[in-house]
Amino acid sequence: MHKNKLNNSLNLKLDHVSNALKKSVKNIDSYTHVRGESLYVDDVIVRQGTFHAVVFDSPKAHGIIKSIDYSKAEALEGVERIFTCKDIPGKNEIGGIIHDEPLFAENEVHFWGMPIALIVAKTEFIARKARELIQIEIEELPVITTAKEAKVKGSFINAPRSFSLGDTEKAFSSCEYIFEGETFSNGQEHLYIEAQGAYSEPLENGNIKITSSTQGPTSVQKTIANVLGIAMHKIEVDVTRLGGGFGGKEDQATPWAVMAALATYYLNKSVKLILNRHDDLRMTGKRHPYESTYKIGLSKDLKILAYQVEFLQNSGAAADLSPAIAERTLFHATNSYYVPNVLSKVLSCKTNLPPNTAFRGFGGPQGMFVIESAIAKAASKIGVSARQIQETNLLNENDTFSYGQIAKKVEAKNTWNSAKDIFDIDALEDEIEYFNKNNATFKKGLALMPITFGISFTNTSMNHARALVHIYLDGSIGISTAAVEMGQGVNTKIMQIAAQVFSVSLDKIKIETTNTTRVANTSPSAASSTADLNGKSTLMACNSLLERLKKVASENLNVLEENIKLKDEFVYINDEKSNLSWTELISKAMFNRVALTENAHYATPEIHFDKTKEKGHPFAYHVYGTAIFTTTVDCIRGTYEFDSVKIVHDYGKSMSEGIDLGQVEGALVQGIGWMTMEEIAYNSNGKLLSNALSTYKVPDVFSVPKSIEVIPVETDGNDMAILKSKAVGEPPLMYGIGAYFAIQNAIKAFNPNYKVKFHAPMTPEKVLMSLYSE
Amino acid sequence: MPMIQFILNNKTIKTSQNSGMTLLDFVRYEQSLTGTKIGCREGDCGACTVLVGTLKNNEHIEYQSITSCISPLGNAHGKHIVTVEGTNLQDKLTTAQEAMKANYATQCGFCTPGFVVSLTGFALSNSEKNHNNALNAISGNICRCTGYKAIEKAAYQVVEKLQDQKTDNSFNWLIKNEFIPDYFKSIPKRLKDLDVKNIQQPKGKYVSGGTDLYVQQADNLVDNSVHLIAEKDYLKEITFNNNICTIGSNSTVSDLWNNTELNAKLPNLRKYLKLVSSEQIRNMASFGGNLVNASPIADMAIFFLALNSKITITNVEEEKERIISLKNFYQGYKTYDLKEGELIKNITFKLPTDQTFFNFEKVCKRTHLDIASVNSAIQISLANNIISTAHISIGGVSAIPKYLHKTSSFLAGKTLTSKTIIEANDILQEEISPISDVRGTSDYKRLLGRQLFFAHFIELFPKQFTLKDFVQHA
Ligand SMILES: Cc1cc2nc3c(=O)[nH]c(=O)nc-3n(C[C@H](O)[C@H](O)[C@H](O)COP(=O)(O)OP(=O)(O)OC[C@H]3O[C@@H](n4cnc5c(N)ncnc54)[C@H](O)[C@@H]3O)c2cc1C
Ligand code: FES
Ligand code: FES
Repeated sequence: MHKNKLNNSLNLKLDHVSNALKKSVKNIDSYTHVRGESLYVDDVIVRQGTFHAVVFDSPKAHGIIKSIDYSKAEALEGVERIFTCKDIPGKNEIGGIIHDEPLFAENEVHFWGMPIALIVAKTEFIARKARELIQIEIEELPVITTAKEAKVKGSFINAPRSFSLGDTEKAFSSCEYIFEGETFSNGQEHLYIEAQGAYSEPLENGNIKITSSTQGPTSVQKTIANVLGIAMHKIEVDVTRLGGGFGGKEDQATPWAVMAALATYYLNKSVKLILNRHDDLRMTGKRHPYESTYKIGLSKDLKILAYQVEFLQNSGAAADLSPAIAERTLFHATNSYYVPNVLSKVLSCKTNLPPNTAFRGFGGPQGMFVIESAIAKAASKIGVSARQIQETNLLNENDTFSYGQIAKKVEAKNTWNSAKDIFDIDALEDEIEYFNKNNATFKKGLALMPITFGISFTNTSMNHARALVHIYLDGSIGISTAAVEMGQGVNTKIMQIAAQVFSVSLDKIKIETTNTTRVANTSPSAASSTADLNGKSTLMACNSLLERLKKVASENLNVLEENIKLKDEFVYINDEKSNLSWTELISKAMFNRVALTENAHYATPEIHFDKTKEKGHPFAYHVYGTAIFTTTVDCIRGTYEFDSVKIVHDYGKSMSEGIDLGQVEGALVQGIGWMTMEEIAYNSNGKLLSNALSTYKVPDVFSVPKSIEVIPVETDGNDMAILKSKAVGEPPLMYGIGAYFAIQNAIKAFNPNYKVKFHAPMTPEKVLMSLYSE
Repeated sequence: MPMIQFILNNKTIKTSQNSGMTLLDFVRYEQSLTGTKIGCREGDCGACTVLVGTLKNNEHIEYQSITSCISPLGNAHGKHIVTVEGTNLQDKLTTAQEAMKANYATQCGFCTPGFVVSLTGFALSNSEKNHNNALNAISGNICRCTGYKAIEKAAYQVVEKLQDQKTDNSFNWLIKNEFIPDYFKSIPKRLKDLDVKNIQQPKGKYVSGGTDLYVQQADNLVDNSVHLIAEKDYLKEITFNNNICTIGSNSTVSDLWNNTELNAKLPNLRKYLKLVSSEQIRNMASFGGNLVNASPIADMAIFFLALNSKITITNVEEEKERIISLKNFYQGYKTYDLKEGELIKNITFKLPTDQTFFNFEKVCKRTHLDIASVNSAIQISLANNIISTAHISIGGVSAIPKYLHKTSSFLAGKTLTSKTIIEANDILQEEISPISDVRGTSDYKRLLGRQLFFAHFIELFPKQFTLKDFVQHA
């Protein structure tokens, strides 16, 4: 009886979701995407005489360059020129946060795959052949590949950061239970299916136009100007769309664009540089591997009283975005839990791997994995289920985060309790217990994973955006913002905003390419904030235009402005349709010399953070959610499948249900990949072993959970989010962490001797070894 | 220069480009059909998927999906090649495209044309229109954005739309139901009219499907002569004679998959073959190439070793043939008994009988479209619970695809008990010598070797054995 009732309510909710999906707006690029007509960098129609370039990179992870012989390569027919650090007219410097990274290696190489030279030739094929003819001699120096090693040797990117709340030392002395442990989470390859690339064209007067597959057009522009030693206004960066980014093109799209521009600067010819997959895998950084140690203290009734953690971030050979990523690890070190006494520290360790970089979650997932591990360890030692500890410590309204922000409009318990209720967790647990009792070769495991993720760039000054809206005289609309479309659907959302303000149909609106000459000095499309920042500025610009148009209408129709509304492409007076259509209104505005262009600037209010105190209010708001994982492990073969992932997610008030569900599912599966099959491997010489798609596996259609159900939590939403529709890009990735613990629970059901370990990813190898460990 | 002729979408192509150039480079850069994307250039992502239509019995066309990045242009000779542009209708979406759109199955869009082409290929194929086959059709397509659930829905929507497909005259039905554009109707006749002769192949590297060679050394093949053998008929057939099966070395994994008789004799054949690469690759990958690729984990090699197969090796110029046991073909890491100018012609083996049991096991990091950490096959014959013969092969644990001589002969004559099997594992462990690499540590491969060995018996004799009979904990 009881179960039926629950199932009915679940079905009702699922129906609701599926109805919303039927009506919801589709990604505006769908039409050209499915026809193969969407344009990416490599699809640009190239100008006559375009050259193609290939990067020559270091074949050693660390050493002094003794000699390089380019003569044979230069002599190859079709090779135009080879550029090295000696050719750089400005600064050989591309580091975004810290200036510690050259474009081309000078005397020393710091990682395997570090760019040394650019070979420019008639075709890519010739350039590749030429690359094989370059001879290099390197005197090898000791190589560091792990963060621990770097720590021992004192090799760091910058000074450590540390957050603290309460007094951990004192708190530990009053704990009933104290546990310590170590965890490891491996890196992750972005594997955007479109590899890195850029196309550079000479314009007149030494100006250069770059088409780049970048999340950060301004940083491309700035870096090119810096390397070429010319002013930023001479560089135009244009982005139509990306074939996936995931953070991998936030900073690391830059070098290739700079190299192409450098060649154009000298040759006055167009240059195309598209990395092939092997080069991309070898030369670019990934999600940071973390080695961490923790100490967790709990009271008798399972309250976490104290949590101390040290994160060793494997930053790679240069800073890139590591300091910012390290900071976010601290912000999310306690995930969805309130812990009154916290001492967290992060060290960005300099190693001889490619500089690791932004990846969906930006250090947050690495932080959360540790506290979830600490809870799992505590649970297994105390002999309770992890769920009890998780539930006991969920955030409440007005709790303080370790960085000083007071939690407001908290949905942690709401999503947790809703997930338990809607999906009938007790019945699920019973089913699993029954299955495990009656099955010798297969075991099931269950795990819950709550998430709390802060929205905003943690560097407060980056939280701004602009929108430039033109209404053309025929009533069609063109919008430029800083947002880069990479599949997340931001262009669709921006279009929806404008369509809603003006009450015109979507086909009246075009979202322009992202271009630094139209919208300047932008922040990258990252931190899940792109739709919020650019959407809010679009909203502001559209509202200003709307006010102006209402004024025109009021003058023309001789009615008060406050009685005028635009609806379905007509002017309405007191909710009655008038004869004045949208297009006529625009003509009248033109005739009256009213400006039909507006530029608006939005800067997130309220947020601030003081790095000297490590306290403040860095986030506009948080996104919450809870996922329930069930998995089945094959105890003969050590393989596993996910039966289901059931989620209650905090979308706020989603403005595009279809797109947002796509973000949840996509991020979830990427998170599962990170926790299960995606295994980056370097050998001790710093050479990437997982250097191809045949050795680096990401989820395919058969390996994703058999069912994924996502129910929106009921909430009033938050005004800091665009139209109350919360950011959704990154947070759901962290649900994926649940995959690790579900598998681990299944292993425990098979092997009573198994001692919990926290070493991700949980590959079939680790599963099998654990199933049969003594 | 020999002229390669084929139909690309709705256009007849005659080109004197090097036949070793990849089909991908030709369509993308020579023909500016940029809907075909590049994600990896090694067959592992499906972004470059195109369809190949082959004229059968000089009347109807059979379409298969392939990854164009590792397919030599010369293999397109005489075929109909379809890129995503070639599936487009004027000003509206095809049924597969509409399904992708309606279900939010496209985000960044980079993988999308590949999925659309695969699903269109599914609609054109002879395979039964069910959910499983629809997913098989996209088994070689990787998407990094969507998490696949939306794509799965789109694929199921396509299946639904295909439910009342008429098998006869299928082009007309598919055109009417907006799966393909109208011009497809004209293709059979136009292909016939192409009047393709087999191109005289130059001396050079033998290439069959190219799925191995183009991953290893594409740059060398592009500007050197290659000797294409995929179209050589005498290397193709699958025949049955007195319980002996002969498979021409050019038969692809899909040819095995589609062979009715073989499926009848090896009832789990498709379950096994589904573990081999992806549909796109299976459509190209020849088993001859798999044997000569000589990778220690080559699935087909492991498969046929346990079937105790013989191979016929031919030297076409000298018109000589010799037959050897597959067991004796491999000599060391990537070395084998094949001389200059020799080709593997076919493989022969005895089909399993009532008292003969066959099983194949493969475990990798990702179950599908991945290379095995360890794979293994067994063929075992029983009489009154006494093992009369056993043939066991195992891959990934030594330098070659390994036939386990000692373990196999140990089992012969023994009663089939868990004790026997556990003892046999001890011998197996002595016969193997795994090394640690990116596919796993040697300890893991040893353990996995044991587990897969046990798995054979649990799978084949479920009434007799469970995991508990072999290991503790359970
Ligand atoms: C994405 C991907 C996934 C793969 N997955 C798997 C997998 O799961 N399992 C697996 O076992 N393999 C796998 N492979 C490897 C490969 O597909 C197979 O080995 C395939 O069977 C090779 O056949 P081919 O016709 O494409 O060989 P080709 O590349 O054409 O040739 C391979 C070699 O064999 C020689 N050769 C070909 N035919 C003959 C002949 N008749 N006589 C003599 N020499 C010949 C060629 O000269 C060459 O040296 C995969 C490859 C790719 C690209
Ligand atoms: S480009 Fe990846 S399969 Fe061809
Ligand atoms: S939609 Fe981006 S890879 Fe599939």
